Amino acid sequence: MLKKRVIACLVVKDGIVVQSIGFKKYLPVGKPAIAVEFLNQWGIDEIILVDITATKQGREPNFKMFRELSQKCYVPLTIGGGITKVEHVSELMHCGADKFSINKTALQTPEFITKTAHIYGNQCVVVSIDVLKGDDGQYRVYDYTTRAAIDKNPVQWAKEAEELGAGEIFLTSVNRDGSYLGYDIEMVQQVAAAVSIPVIASGGAKNALDFKKVFDNTGAMAASAANFFHFTEHSVVIAKTALVAKNSPVRLETYANYTENPLDSEFRVLKKEDKTLEEMLFMRIEKEII
Amino acid sequence: MRPQKVVIIDYGVGNTHSVSNAIRALDYKVKISSDENLIKEADALILPGVGAFDEAMSNLKARNIDHILNEQVLVNKKPILGICVGMQMLATLSEENGVHNGLNWIEGKVVRFKLPDDFAVPHVGWNDIAFKNQGPLFERNDEHANFYFDHSYHFECAPEFVAASCNYGIEVTAAVQKGNIFGVQFHPEKSQTNGLKMFRSFIESV
Repeated sequence: MLKKRVIACLVVKDGIVVQSIGFKKYLPVGKPAIAVEFLNQWGIDEIILVDITATKQGREPNFKMFRELSQKCYVPLTIGGGITKVEHVSELMHCGADKFSINKTALQTPEFITKTAHIYGNQCVVVSIDVLKGDDGQYRVYDYTTRAAIDKNPVQWAKEAEELGAGEIFLTSVNRDGSYLGYDIEMVQQVAAAVSIPVIASGGAKNALDFKKVFDNTGAMAASAANFFHFTEHSVVIAKTALVAKNSPVRLETYANYTENPLDSEFRVLKKEDKTLEEMLFMRIEKEII
Repeated sequence: MRPQKVVIIDYGVGNTHSVSNAIRALDYKVKISSDENLIKEADALILPGVGAFDEAMSNLKARNIDHILNEQVLVNKKPILGICVGMQMLATLSEENGVHNGLNWIEGKVVRFKLPDDFAVPHVGWNDIAFKNQGPLFERNDEHANFYFDHSYHFECAPEFVAASCNYGIEVTAAVQKGNIFGVQFHPEKSQTNGLKMFRSFIESV
């Protein structure tokens, strides 16, 4: 059975992974290559890396950085930011990317989707859509370069992108970004119901329960989180342990596991039961052999 | 024992760097090349693949690699592992963008998915596989291990050559084996520890 994917999104600003809050505030987290290595070890299903300064500064993708970080990445890697030419895509593929994502470029030149899908296959093209919910309750596509909503309906735009050849939609709620309020279920459901390609929900995840809610209540095939994976050791393993315990169809195969740890209502790991700890006293834990 | 030498066939398409990163992480000697001498000297070959079937086949032929491989694989019995489109090229033919001939090493054809309504094409993501023939490719993997798939066409061949399959509305060929010829539909280089273990098993079986 095909699993729902748990994806980590790395927001990179000026070469550093940052915590993004509402597309406005940014706090430094660390080096991209190290973040990729850790997430990979913790059993993430996929990584999406977005360089948010490339387009704004009008520069090319930072190929050197991508080449370096992909060396320790043994899961699918999507790279976005500053992609405006077919040559950029080809160079990214050589740097170890499996897919690429476009946002502003897709809005400005929709035919770029078709052109690249034809060369690299639909599966390679991820169209990223940022959505702002206005005070009137309406959802509109958001242009991060001008920091304003544009007159475009996200559902329509997603359908258009699919027809043009997009293989996946990476759907982010601007209102929920960095808010820890959970995914915008209504918005994700509207878009996922309208397209037949996989939709990746993004923006607002606080804990594993938010992943479960978006998997149970929408057609999203994957959910992405950024901030909440960064600040806890084994964050991915713990989130997946909780999801499996709640019967969500995700992949949990890491050597380190927390199946014997009780989890609290927020899915934080609690101390193992005394009885379990006692039994572990004389247990020899072997290193994983690959 | 000296480390095995692995050559990843370079024919202009395919994600050769991801594959070499994975093999290198396992401490084997690896080269990305289309050079006949290097291919001859290799202990094991890997035929990667991403993209369309006809493009991959015509690239292979344009570089005369099909002849070199026929000799090394069919006559000298050198082990080879095809990945994704690299696996599909082992087939007799493919129906992707018209009918195109493959290497015809494992009889069968590559056809587009015909799936029940609620299954999207392409088949993208992690799926667990069931072994039909665990060794040597999956010796280090547990039953129902998950691997990363990303494809719209699949390989239909005789059951005796199917080494593993997965379920996506229908039974999908996940791995094939015929003697020294191996192929996997999924991407072991993108399947984390499970993929690395499978690479190790393939290379150690040499």
